[in-house]
Amino acid sequence: MTVGPQFRRVARFVSPADRGFAAVVYGGSILFALLIIGLFVELVLGSWPSIVAFGPSFIWKSSWDPITSNFGALPMIFGTVMTSLIAIILAAFIGIMAAVFLADFAPRWLGQPLSFLIELLAAVPSVVYGLWGLFVLAPFMRTAIGPALQHVLGWMPLFSGPIYGVGLLTGGIILALMIVPTVTAISRDVLVAIPRDLREASMALGSTKWETAIRVVLPAARVGVFGACVLALGRALGETIAVTMVIGNRPEISASLFAPSYTLASVIANEFTEATTSIYTSALIELGLILFLVSMAVNALARFMIWSVRGSERV
Amino acid sequence: MIRSLRRCCFSLAVVAAMTLPAAAATQLTGAGSSFDYPFFSKAFYIYNQKNPDITVNYQSIGSGGGIAQFTARNVDFGATDVPMNAGELARAPGPVLQLPVTLGGAAIAYNLPGVSATIRLTRAVVADIYLGKILKWNDPQIAKLNKGVNLPDMAIIVVHRSDGSGTSYIFTDFLSHVSGEWKSKVGTGKSVSWPAPSSVGAKGTEGVAGQVKSTPGAIGYVEMAYVVENHMQAATLENKAGKWVDCTPETVAAAAASKPEVSATNFSIVDSSAAGGYPISGYSWVVVYKKPEARAKELYNVLSWLVGPQGQENAKSVDYVPLPRNVQDAAAATLRQMQR
Amino acid sequence: MAQSAFKRRNLARRRIVGGIGVGLALLCAMIGAAALLVILCYVIVQGAGALNRDFLTQLPHPVGVPGGGVGNGILGTFIILGIAIVMAVPIGLLTAIYLSLFGRGPIPEALRFLSDVLSGVPSIAIGLFAYAVLVAPLKHFSAFSASFAFMMLMLPLLVRTSEQAIRSVPQTVREGALALGMSNFRATVSIVIPTAMPAIITALLLAIARVIGETAPLLFTAFGSQFWESNPNRPMAVLALQVFTYAISPYPSWQTQAWGGALLLIGAVFVLSLGARLMLRRAMRGLEA
Repeated sequence: MTVGPQFRRVARFVSPADRGFAAVVYGGSILFALLIIGLFVELVLGSWPSIVAFGPSFIWKSSWDPITSNFGALPMIFGTVMTSLIAIILAAFIGIMAAVFLADFAPRWLGQPLSFLIELLAAVPSVVYGLWGLFVLAPFMRTAIGPALQHVLGWMPLFSGPIYGVGLLTGGIILALMIVPTVTAISRDVLVAIPRDLREASMALGSTKWETAIRVVLPAARVGVFGACVLALGRALGETIAVTMVIGNRPEISASLFAPSYTLASVIANEFTEATTSIYTSALIELGLILFLVSMAVNALARFMIWSVRGSERV
Repeated sequence: MIRSLRRCCFSLAVVAAMTLPAAAATQLTGAGSSFDYPFFSKAFYIYNQKNPDITVNYQSIGSGGGIAQFTARNVDFGATDVPMNAGELARAPGPVLQLPVTLGGAAIAYNLPGVSATIRLTRAVVADIYLGKILKWNDPQIAKLNKGVNLPDMAIIVVHRSDGSGTSYIFTDFLSHVSGEWKSKVGTGKSVSWPAPSSVGAKGTEGVAGQVKSTPGAIGYVEMAYVVENHMQAATLENKAGKWVDCTPETVAAAAASKPEVSATNFSIVDSSAAGGYPISGYSWVVVYKKPEARAKELYNVLSWLVGPQGQENAKSVDYVPLPRNVQDAAAATLRQMQR
Repeated sequence: MAQSAFKRRNLARRRIVGGIGVGLALLCAMIGAAALLVILCYVIVQGAGALNRDFLTQLPHPVGVPGGGVGNGILGTFIILGIAIVMAVPIGLLTAIYLSLFGRGPIPEALRFLSDVLSGVPSIAIGLFAYAVLVAPLKHFSAFSASFAFMMLMLPLLVRTSEQAIRSVPQTVREGALALGMSNFRATVSIVIPTAMPAIITALLLAIARVIGETAPLLFTAFGSQFWESNPNRPMAVLALQVFTYAISPYPSWQTQAWGGALLLIGAVFVLSLGARLMLRRAMRGLEA
């Protein structure tokens, strides 16, 4: 299915139209790369005063005190990573299963409207997610989901402690809802694009439809599905407004999923518009830079994992 | 598909052309405090009706954002809950005039299911709650102030603003005045490190109000307009003069009137000793250049109208507090220094 | 025979497992759809009261003055989105074509990596970048800077998904085109892209849905406005920004308008998706004929 190495031999840019085409294609890609590099440079420039003032201890200090200009990012890094992890675990499972259903099992009259509804989740504005989370999900968490989880799994430190309604778990769930459409829609498209012969061959060899879908089609589509998950994870890492309304905004690391927490993006959204000293603003931009680097690290890790499992095959 | 796309673009262009604003109107831009936004939107709307060729575009991007845009000369005036300090004034490209434009108060809202009477709290008790020293609603210190009220055995969940805000500044200023421990441990600011162990941060006033409304046992500081419009329960506080006051326009105005000499360097009116003064009150400010680069005349007209009696009477209809007469005059005097 | 009995039992077990699997998959799909319906119902209950002709066509009114609407926000959203799409689609598609043509190698890998990293940057940081590039040097806010921020938010989705879509076009199609003597340019533009169009449209729709509700990047770029504005070089009202400002205000009348605006945003994506699907179906029918 890959269009790559074989094509290079065939691709020859001989005619003038081809040369012009090549120039335009190269130009577009270079512009794309420049935009992202420019963003990185801008982030570094903006956070330079803070980098100089606090050094590497910024990353592992745990206090966030604007009054004494004592800034440390560790609780926020923890909150960002934990909420995104919860979100991608929930969303990947639900999203990929939903995509499998929509691609291979759903009759037309059911599949079309279901896909449509799931995609519409992406259109809900962040602030609506935040408000709905605050007024509907958080109380539900506090009165129903939380106690139920604590009843069954309370022996684990993950599910111990007081239940406020807002907290790490609520933030993760809201994020999961926001990124499920990305996973589902893209995975469904990828699964649908897998040619029929593969499915027919598998069924001809005696597999059931389910086995075909899970053991043949899904692995064939793993590159695209992985891409969908990466995009979704990106959205989860950077989501600001919805998360900040339901996460409790306490810069503290706690073992419990019910405890309030704080994410990098939330701090920036909360405090940037009111930050007046330049070291404060710079510290906030440095949080943005750290988020950029966290995103880089997560992506690199994911690629490494796939690469080590599958040899040299590219994602 | 291309043809229909072209048709789409054409009709969009036609719509756009039809809605071009009148060339004659002068537009002033202002940015800053979200606290001022409802008052400004009402006042500038009324002003535009009386003076159709002047429009004022004010957007609430936060006090810090307002000061930054004002310093960069991207907007004509800024609005901030805390006046610009010496450092910010030094960074501005020219001399700055600061005038108070409106007053507000922060009420202590709470959520106690089953308790219909209004809770009474002293200033010291509020400070101890936020310091994390009083943890339950039926603590003896609260009980002795509310004899006859059946206080539940419920944990107090302390809610604060997670975003930097002028309301947080006024509240922490109040706490620093009434509690030496708060002053040394935490301090005054738009964003602080909240010490209470069970504290939760919520974004924006609506976040705090929403959190308080949906969490039994919660307590939080909420702008007066919000409490009034959403019928929330707010505590009665004992002020410095020993009187029990609620957060109303009258009590806030009384607190302001007790300090007629307010200025940009001496602006705190919390913990007022006026008999009917509400202890958690504060001003909000507009900053403008002494020598604006453009539109100086229009700026002067709009702002002097705003701080005068005609502009200030719009405050009541949006649950804001008009400036006391003497403060209006002081603001007008400051504004007259503008070179136009 | 024992063997065929085993086969029968085995098949029965596998069928049951399959049945459970399909049931689980159906449940997941329903969870997604149900979540949307729950949220949609909440938004409708809160905001339907605000929807009327005034709401869609008038300028915002302050509190206490009845009527008023988000007309300028709707216009602003159209303009800013339109410019953003015009900027994002060429760059995204061209990069996707580059990646699909020169799949392996350090440079394409680096580009893909950069794209993935960009998708993780918070929208507020991208708004600050747009501010630094297009607002601070020019000393005024503009709708164009907001379009720039939107473009950066849309690009990772467009690039990744378009590349995938182009790569899923079977080799045979492209080789057939080349065998007929077409240049690469024609083969890609006239044959491969149209074949990949449905998935590219999905990507574009997802990208639009992603940005239409974004507020954070607009604070320092489009700035907002209470008046009609169609000049992209000036501050402009945007529906998502108005929804945000109204939602966090104390006044029930404004809050209802916020929910009404949110309903409009969801409705807009709904209509766009439906329209695009219908257009596609007609185009596909043309191709098959």
